[in-house]
Amino acid sequence: MSEYKNVSRPVRKKDAMALVTGKPVYTDDLAPADCLVVKLLRSPHAHALIEDIDISAAMKVPGIEAVFTYKDVPNERFSIAGQTYPEASPYDRLILDKRVRFVDDAVAIVAGENEKAVDKALKLIKVKYDVLEPLLDFRKAKDNKILVHPEDNWRSLCPVGADNKRNLCASETSEHGDLEKAFAESDVVFENTYHTQANQQAMMETFRAYSYMDTYGRLNVVTSTQIPFHVRRILSNALCIPKSKIRVIKPRIGGGFGAKQTAVMEMYPALVTYKTGKKAKMIYTRQESQTASSPRHEMEIKLKIGAMRDGTIKAIDMYTLSNSGAFGEHGPTTVGLSGHKSIPLYNRAEAYRFVYDVVYTNYMAAGAYRGYGAPQGMFAMESAIDELSHILNIDPIEIREKNMVREGDTMNAYYGEPANSCALDRCLDRARKLMDWDSKYPSKDMGNGKVRAVGMAMAMQGSCISSLDTGSVTLRVNDDGFYTLLIGASDMGTGCDTILAQMAADCLCCDVDDIIVHGVDTDSSPYDSGSYASSTTYITGMAVVKTCETLIAKLKHYAKPFLECCNEEDMEFNGREIINTKTDKKVSLKDIAYSSQNNNDAEALCATESHSSPISPPPFMVGMAEVEVDKETGKVELINYKAVVDCGTVINPNLARIQTEGGLVQGIGMALYEDVVYNEKGGTLSNSLMQYKIPTRQDICDIQVEFEPSYEPTGPFGAKSIGEIVINTPPPAIANAVYNAVGVRIRELPITPEKIYNGMKRNED
Amino acid sequence: MEIKLWINGKLIKDNVEPDTPMLEYLRSKGCYSVKRGCETSNCGLCTVWLEDKPILSCTLPLMRADGKHITTLEGLQSEAEEFGAFLADEGAEQCGFCNSGFIMNVLAMKRELNDPTEEEIKEYLTGNLCRCTGYVGQLRAIKKYLKSVKGDLGNE
Amino acid sequence: MLRCNDYIFAESLDEAYALNRKKSAAIVGGCGWLKLGSRQWGSVIDLSRLGLDKITETDEAFTIGAMVTLRDIEKHEGLNAYTNGAIKESVRHIVGTQFRNTVTVGGSIFGRFGFSDVLTVFMVTDSFVELYKGGVIPLHEFAKLHYDDDILVNVIVKKNPLKMAYSSFRNQQTDFPVLTFAHAFREDGAFSVIGARPSRAELKRDEENILKDIFSKSQDEVIEAINAYALWISSQYTYESNLRASADYRRHIAEVLARRTVTAIVDKG
Repeated sequence: MSEYKNVSRPVRKKDAMALVTGKPVYTDDLAPADCLVVKLLRSPHAHALIEDIDISAAMKVPGIEAVFTYKDVPNERFSIAGQTYPEASPYDRLILDKRVRFVDDAVAIVAGENEKAVDKALKLIKVKYDVLEPLLDFRKAKDNKILVHPEDNWRSLCPVGADNKRNLCASETSEHGDLEKAFAESDVVFENTYHTQANQQAMMETFRAYSYMDTYGRLNVVTSTQIPFHVRRILSNALCIPKSKIRVIKPRIGGGFGAKQTAVMEMYPALVTYKTGKKAKMIYTRQESQTASSPRHEMEIKLKIGAMRDGTIKAIDMYTLSNSGAFGEHGPTTVGLSGHKSIPLYNRAEAYRFVYDVVYTNYMAAGAYRGYGAPQGMFAMESAIDELSHILNIDPIEIREKNMVREGDTMNAYYGEPANSCALDRCLDRARKLMDWDSKYPSKDMGNGKVRAVGMAMAMQGSCISSLDTGSVTLRVNDDGFYTLLIGASDMGTGCDTILAQMAADCLCCDVDDIIVHGVDTDSSPYDSGSYASSTTYITGMAVVKTCETLIAKLKHYAKPFLECCNEEDMEFNGREIINTKTDKKVSLKDIAYSSQNNNDAEALCATESHSSPISPPPFMVGMAEVEVDKETGKVELINYKAVVDCGTVINPNLARIQTEGGLVQGIGMALYEDVVYNEKGGTLSNSLMQYKIPTRQDICDIQVEFEPSYEPTGPFGAKSIGEIVINTPPPAIANAVYNAVGVRIRELPITPEKIYNGMKRNED
Repeated sequence: MEIKLWINGKLIKDNVEPDTPMLEYLRSKGCYSVKRGCETSNCGLCTVWLEDKPILSCTLPLMRADGKHITTLEGLQSEAEEFGAFLADEGAEQCGFCNSGFIMNVLAMKRELNDPTEEEIKEYLTGNLCRCTGYVGQLRAIKKYLKSVKGDLGNE
Repeated sequence: MLRCNDYIFAESLDEAYALNRKKSAAIVGGCGWLKLGSRQWGSVIDLSRLGLDKITETDEAFTIGAMVTLRDIEKHEGLNAYTNGAIKESVRHIVGTQFRNTVTVGGSIFGRFGFSDVLTVFMVTDSFVELYKGGVIPLHEFAKLHYDDDILVNVIVKKNPLKMAYSSFRNQQTDFPVLTFAHAFREDGAFSVIGARPSRAELKRDEENILKDIFSKSQDEVIEAINAYALWISSQYTYESNLRASADYRRHIAEVLARRTVTAIVDKG
């Protein structure tokens, strides 16, 4: 059992009962009924210039308040990526542009009193397009004669190797050691190419926001977002108005998974409110969330590995080509994780090189999705390591044990950061036992036309963006001695409000219920870069620890006259009272709190601290899949999935378990059927939950999750992150299991029955 | 058009557009638990009961409910709390957006199926999508809940 | 989303038919398909007050009203006893319980959708549709007709002795099928239906009598006959590619499902 009263215990989420009883706590539940309905006219072409746009008939529809086109918006480019300023993502967007760059790109904004009127007006807008040839092959995008962003006011704020005249959103080379020599000395050099698809986050609550002008003439935007403070900056850039004129509020949000780390649509209702002064609301349909949103980057990864006959990996050379689509949100940053989170798993390699290009194409823009490039890299790396193990005739566990990163290592391919805490070896041992790997590997013919087999994969992630992510919290003592914890981190259902309160409660020796958590409102919350990069527990959690320390020091200072004590070292705070350990004289927190509100002794008993970290300690995990493959049809049935995770100290075992199970199932969807599919003209075919299938409860198998904690000295209570790593293992583990079952190596996701069947047929021939 | 229906036991007489969607109408009457997650009948978030049967309020036209009884989670608050507590104790409510429709269907299942197996539970509820939990925690909560409900009955 | 100017509860089939003759009118079943369109309808006609929500079982037949839901046929003991559970098997993958409580047999059959599990399973039985004007016609004939303004009143399944089974292949449990397959040994012969190719289900008879006397054959002969039949029947259809699978893969799956489904029936005896 936990040594703490709150941390490492399965505390119920603070908002749980409101959520399970269906209380109106989400954006659309809170929006005033008299908001204008805002919708978009979207492009039918993947690439075109708007020659002429006639809105006169649309404006005549009764109830229509406004129609805006590219002529009505500022010509200053910006990025809608939720990243710390200056963003790595290029400034390549306008709210509406004369050039449309993908099928369903925004052409006009219509606002009206009701949906019927708006729908009617949308049909009456006449657009004449100069249709251009689209760029629809990401392998040919670099230096193609078709330019997605030829405009002169395109800007890249950071040195990420971007060049709009080459369709490059980013490019970079990083290396360590003498690669040529390491390959030359290798007994075996293995090389292959892996391809992962775009996937939709498919959070149940689609993108949505509403806006209004407040008493002070400021634009207020209530939005379902992971990044309230970035949304404030993005809207300021988009509308060309000062940030001081904007307030962003995040209510409960119905899932994000990275989708809402991009301000996909806040600018549209915001523009309407800013221009008309009226309340405006926009609810993205599921179709819009599938066709004009922020899915995972499609990547093609070429991997070359040099190894000795005994399995020692000497050299790793990776090239990633990432498809950013029509805009560059998160393009320059996601790609880095494909190498920087996969290569260091094999940290014993003498040399590595990691090269990437991120290219523009005329598809829907990609964005951030749980794992943020790591799942793509992990699919390539963990598939390739298995392939190498087969070439060398070494057990896939053994080759990993021989080469894996271990506690105390310096991870060269991970910016030289230290592995202060790493239980990857223990995770592997434990998973091996849970799966009964040794008796199941590689496969067993079930005698009924089906084969069962096991496959495995390792993974790592980060716990923040080093030296960049910032979390701040403010803690106030109120009368009666309860606390208000003001946070800027966005709880998106994951439970960070509760987790941060658990930490605060242990620091302050009180109950979780004594802490009111308030977030997020850019007017009152302290700055937080947002809920992404798995950073909330690690970064904002540490800010909580620091803030509590500061507040306790303040309390002690304040208590001095009450305790007739002038030395804080002689004072002890037990949660209810402060005690002079020399005299046993006590003063209660309640009395201090009341006193601090009193005229004569008034003092603001509150503290604010920020935290950021020079390192991003990786959580580690091992995932093992047991599958049953139908030898006639290629159909894969998942039988078992075992996952053992090292996320440092587990702050809330229930919530960490659900994170893991949820991430695994998203990874299972990515592995087996999730695929953003386009037609030959660039239109999205996977435009609904009817055509883009996510796993149902009948598609999953027995999932067993265990934790193998390490202690991360730089994290709060020894914690690292959990949110993203958990999606990384299923694609390679399942691919490896399928190979072990029927000898078919699938290097292109998703792993469909038809691909497996075709592979088996090829093997026969 | 004239319509008369009962929402959570309360009689409502109203005049509505003939193509009013049931889902949006229920929200306009304060039943905010009813959520929309898609336009293609695939997510189950909008599940309500029509004459005690779980149906998709995104799909059936409101007019079909003329003269009938609709139940939403607002009308089942104590049962929602009872089952919801099991869900919360697994941390499996998560973002909560799918909870209402899911719980409506769990409570319908409890009435319709007697002592369901794990496979029967999964099949009954498979039309309720959830992207946060991976379903495993939901299943744990359901099993514990059904066991507790059964225990209560046994004690009567 | 459903868009219409008028919503009319028909008081008689006669009224429904008269209203439905207008091009701008539509009959609404469970509205599962109608609401996916973007068309503005004049009037939408609701048949839910005509008593068509019942399944009537006599010694000769099941009469299934157009407004009976998919969940109703899934749970109907008589139908499932008669079809050896094939009805339940055919609908249990369709989206979810609530959806099947919502959508109707009439809507599913009248729609004659390519992906339809329901059309596939009923077609292999000795089944008919009762149209208000067109009268009673065999379901497999009805499936070939173009859409018109007639009204589907009942689906009638004759209770002639049969042995049948249904199976489908899906990439994901509640997805549209890659392929549907139904087989029945009836007094008038052995019949198969293959649907979701992805075009509409079609009924074919074992014209070459490959499965003749299958229940009295030795095990080796059974295997040989079924393999031959699976190859033959799967080659009697055309297949196309879509998002879910290629034509070639569908042809292969047709053969596999044919073999497995017929084997399951024969094994049961």
